[in-house]
Amino acid sequence: MAEKKLGAYICKGCGIADRLDTAQLEMIAKREGKVALVKQHDFLCNSDGVKMIQADIDAGEVTHLAIAACSRRAKTDAFNFDNVAMSRANLREGVIWVRPNTDDAQETTQEMADDYVRMACAEAKFMTLPSSSGEQGRVPHVLVVGGGSTGLTAAIEIAKAGYSATIVEKSGELGGTAAQLYRRIPNRAPFADPQDNGVADLIKQAEDNDKITVHLNSTVSKTDGAPGRFSADITQEGGSTSTGTFGAIVQASGFKPYDASQLPEFAYGKYPDVVDQLGLEALAKAANGAIKRPSDGKEVKSVVFIQCVGQRSDKEGHLSYCSGHCCMTSVKQAMYFKDANPDVDAMVLYTELRMPGAGGEDFYRNGQNKGITFTKGTVSEVVPGSGNLTVKFKDLILNEETAYDADLVVLATGMVPNSGVNVEIPVTEEDEKEGEEKKETEVEIPEGASVLNLTYRQGPDLPQLVNGFTDSHFICFPYETRRTGIYAAGPVRRPMDMAQAAEDATGAALKAIQAIENAALGRAAHPRSGDLSFPSFRKEGCTQCKRCTVECPFGAINEDEKRYPMFNEARCRRCGTCMGACPVRVISFENYSVDSVGQALKSVDMPDEFDEKPRILLLACENDAYPALDMAGMTRREYSAFVRIIPVRCLGSVNTIWISDALNSGYDGIILMGCQKGDDYQCHFVKGSEMAHYRMSKIDDTLKQLQLETERVQTYEIAITDMDRVPKIINDMAETIEKIGMNPFKF
Amino acid sequence: MTDIATNQTILVVGGGISGMTAALEAAECGKDVILIEKNPALGGRVAQLYKYFPKMCHPTCGLEINQRRIKANRKLRVITMAEVTNVAGDTGNYTVNVKIAPRYVNENCTACGACGEVVEMEFDNEHNYGLNKRKGAYLPFFMAYPQRYVVDPRLIGTPDADKAKSSCKYEAINLDMQEENLTLNVGAIIWATGWQPFDANKIQPYGYDRIPNVITSVEFERMNDRQGPTGGKILRPSDGKEAKDIAFIQCAGSRDHNYLKHCSRICCTASLKQTTYVRGQYGDEGKSTIYYIDIRAIDRFEDLYTKAKADKTVKFIKSKVANITQDKTTGNPILHGVDTEGYNRYSTPHDLVVLAIGMQPSLDFKQLGVNLTVNEHGFVENDPSNGGMFAAGCASDALDVNRAAQNATACALRAIQVVNPLAAAEE
Repeated sequence: MAEKKLGAYICKGCGIADRLDTAQLEMIAKREGKVALVKQHDFLCNSDGVKMIQADIDAGEVTHLAIAACSRRAKTDAFNFDNVAMSRANLREGVIWVRPNTDDAQETTQEMADDYVRMACAEAKFMTLPSSSGEQGRVPHVLVVGGGSTGLTAAIEIAKAGYSATIVEKSGELGGTAAQLYRRIPNRAPFADPQDNGVADLIKQAEDNDKITVHLNSTVSKTDGAPGRFSADITQEGGSTSTGTFGAIVQASGFKPYDASQLPEFAYGKYPDVVDQLGLEALAKAANGAIKRPSDGKEVKSVVFIQCVGQRSDKEGHLSYCSGHCCMTSVKQAMYFKDANPDVDAMVLYTELRMPGAGGEDFYRNGQNKGITFTKGTVSEVVPGSGNLTVKFKDLILNEETAYDADLVVLATGMVPNSGVNVEIPVTEEDEKEGEEKKETEVEIPEGASVLNLTYRQGPDLPQLVNGFTDSHFICFPYETRRTGIYAAGPVRRPMDMAQAAEDATGAALKAIQAIENAALGRAAHPRSGDLSFPSFRKEGCTQCKRCTVECPFGAINEDEKRYPMFNEARCRRCGTCMGACPVRVISFENYSVDSVGQALKSVDMPDEFDEKPRILLLACENDAYPALDMAGMTRREYSAFVRIIPVRCLGSVNTIWISDALNSGYDGIILMGCQKGDDYQCHFVKGSEMAHYRMSKIDDTLKQLQLETERVQTYEIAITDMDRVPKIINDMAETIEKIGMNPFKF
Repeated sequence: MTDIATNQTILVVGGGISGMTAALEAAECGKDVILIEKNPALGGRVAQLYKYFPKMCHPTCGLEINQRRIKANRKLRVITMAEVTNVAGDTGNYTVNVKIAPRYVNENCTACGACGEVVEMEFDNEHNYGLNKRKGAYLPFFMAYPQRYVVDPRLIGTPDADKAKSSCKYEAINLDMQEENLTLNVGAIIWATGWQPFDANKIQPYGYDRIPNVITSVEFERMNDRQGPTGGKILRPSDGKEAKDIAFIQCAGSRDHNYLKHCSRICCTASLKQTTYVRGQYGDEGKSTIYYIDIRAIDRFEDLYTKAKADKTVKFIKSKVANITQDKTTGNPILHGVDTEGYNRYSTPHDLVVLAIGMQPSLDFKQLGVNLTVNEHGFVENDPSNGGMFAAGCASDALDVNRAAQNATACALRAIQVVNPLAAAEE
């Protein structure tokens, strides 16, 4: 590895030279930062300044540079150099914009800037440009689990983009639930009538496409590896297994209809003339025209559709959610009757009629034009009437209890996703025991329960969010999967209709292709897209405590035969939660390590306890907290000159050694700022922030043992809009320190 | 400008959440992408939201991540102040004319804010739907990317323009900047031109044009933003007093032959979200009444509805409000209609009325003369006859953010399917 050549560049623009003594900063970089090449420039980000830096790089004089100027989030176009490691000291948003321009403040403002220059030099010194792991390989082949309309669409779209796809379908036929539909909801203007379900066409497209391979009567019995090199065993009923290599996986395992026999009031299963929506589709297919009732084969003259059966309910055994499609489906099914015979009475009994979007309202209107009636009401029970059935309900418009006689009752029941095994492993007390073999809670996984059978420590399937759906909790990032390279699509992800499932399949296909291309280059997926660094560990120091393996939010780490962790670069999201977890600190990234942060925080000039100048370390997550701090600066909100801010990739990457190093170095207070955790988590690495809060809650005992006040270390959940809250938190800590006094470990 | 694009480049028109998503997802697959945006900054309408349903999280969080991905991606070029003027050609080979309006500020700008300080002229703040003013030299909002100021064209030729120029230490202000024209040769085009709120003035019975305390949901959203025009307080336009008793009228301008025939999907959930704002401000002292036809809180949004129903301060009345009058002494708007559950007539005063306004596509595609299949509602439908052109986000249907991002990801693939064969053909 070539020798490290450090360079530091100090910008004098944006008022930096007016407020700070840049000559002093230059001297600090040279003497204390040990930087050989230090230059100042009036306007570093302009083309002149950038050329100056580039010239030094091209001449081989700089390989690691520290830029002391604005925030690392600003001027990224200008400070964008290839093949060098770069750190940035935030002198603008982080110093002069948050300190008052008065004579009194001058000294402490300069001290802030001095320290940031020291820190940036230390960070640059301990960074290495990420080199390739050599693990990459390109396999332009996607495994699609599930051969229904979602899986078929995904495979077809993948093939259209020039990649190969293999569909593994559990049953003996392609088409899934959609194939059972007599017709489908229209997805094109004028959104007037039910249209051909399109499944036969999808099946033909898949079968005719030589880039698509289909395995029927098959399941995935084992999945190993990582994006770019998944190895999946496809087992056919009857026992034969073949193994394939895949670059990415799309899980389109679909749904089952909710079993209405769990609801005795609807008499499903008791009377043959009470059917669910799929049951109605079967009747429609069999009739191909005027639908006959199951009990006696007579033509149905009156039909009632009961919406939200066993759904949108907090009763035991019911589904709490809305399945999104059933109102549209009932209108479609009512149209089956009306189209065959306009004299049939078709009524939809609903509480909210959900037909959204451009197409929804048109379809609703057309249903009304065809004579379908809609009544707002809640059903109490379905009972036998004379020759047919009676639906008892409360009419909410007329505000009265009433009943309606029908030949056939159709129950709109919900979608239950085929998600596989629920893998959520809560952080428990057991994880705390260092060095001990973690007790393997041997949970018996029933045969056939898992969809993917992943050989990941964190479990065999995709984590479920709520209600059994394998969704991401990010509004902006629907495919933010918790298992890199594996994307859920269709009703397994959330309840949805065919049109949305087709879009979802196409989106998941894109993500699968993207995963393949990035795994081939060693590039990370969202949110640290393009990051080439990856965690490595010093085997000699590892105690095999497996904390990293358990705490990785993405299940990226396996174990080898000797029980050492095995990092899978392509599964890794580069958050560093493993680095934060390791009690012996053997895990690091080349450009972000225990040292790159540890040495930076130790490089500050620590005043002694008589100077009455405390020092507060602030570790700020770069996703929400650091931008909030920058915006506090942009809006010129002031905060204490005693704080020293270091951005971290995720609070989960914070190793407790940084806390103890900080306290031993004399810092009087430590603040951790990360994203929201919990059910409505904002943390972009899902569990990182939660891990940090948990770890920090454990150090209270340590602090007490050291006779340190627990108020000295505080952890906060920050929203990106908290530009007025973050200065307050910092100032509050400064006040707290004034009250409780300086850190007794200061020397 | 030549060589800026080839027929393997994907052009994304519109830099809101859908455009950014489509552009990023394609660029992160290794494709060359150009993203153009007519405003000075990316973000579109989501940057004007305070929180998203159902998580009540802030749009700027996702915006920050997207902006970071944009900054890191060499394959993606962003051009702001840019609009399409003409499209010719066919799948795999389009010629697009783009006009770039002058920002009067160049890449030297460090966003130091000096010009904004010295300029005195003020104009309606577009970011806040005109609810307050901004300076003639301004940064559109705090998270704006590109992080570069803008000089309003109306400043040019005035003394303020010269003041701005001389305040700049970095020669970033160029008052002589001219409109530029670009011709791009691209293989596929994704139209992510977004939506605009339906013009509430047209809904005559609701009096938006004459009753000050009748506002739209997008305006109410800005009011609740701590960084917005009222510092996060819910204030009545008529007298600046706090409004605690708030009426939400669903389907204002939607599902109606007289205005927009379609359902705009998001307005029910947006109002449910906004009742949480009211609760956040006033606790038990606030009051939200939702006048609705159907509460369309689809699939996982049902939770939002369940929570609102459990909130004692939120009431639901199944009624399409007939009309609104004003109490001249108090300024209170009075809602008139029939509560259809029981058929009781009402004439109820409230402090403030929020019209859950409908969504229509921003761009009139027919007028632009682009060969796209547009349905009667103005939305673009996916059709083979569109060739290599696709509509993402609200240009394709009334969508919520999550669906828009999903759809934009799908569009990125469709565009890649157009350019990949071209790339393969060249090998």
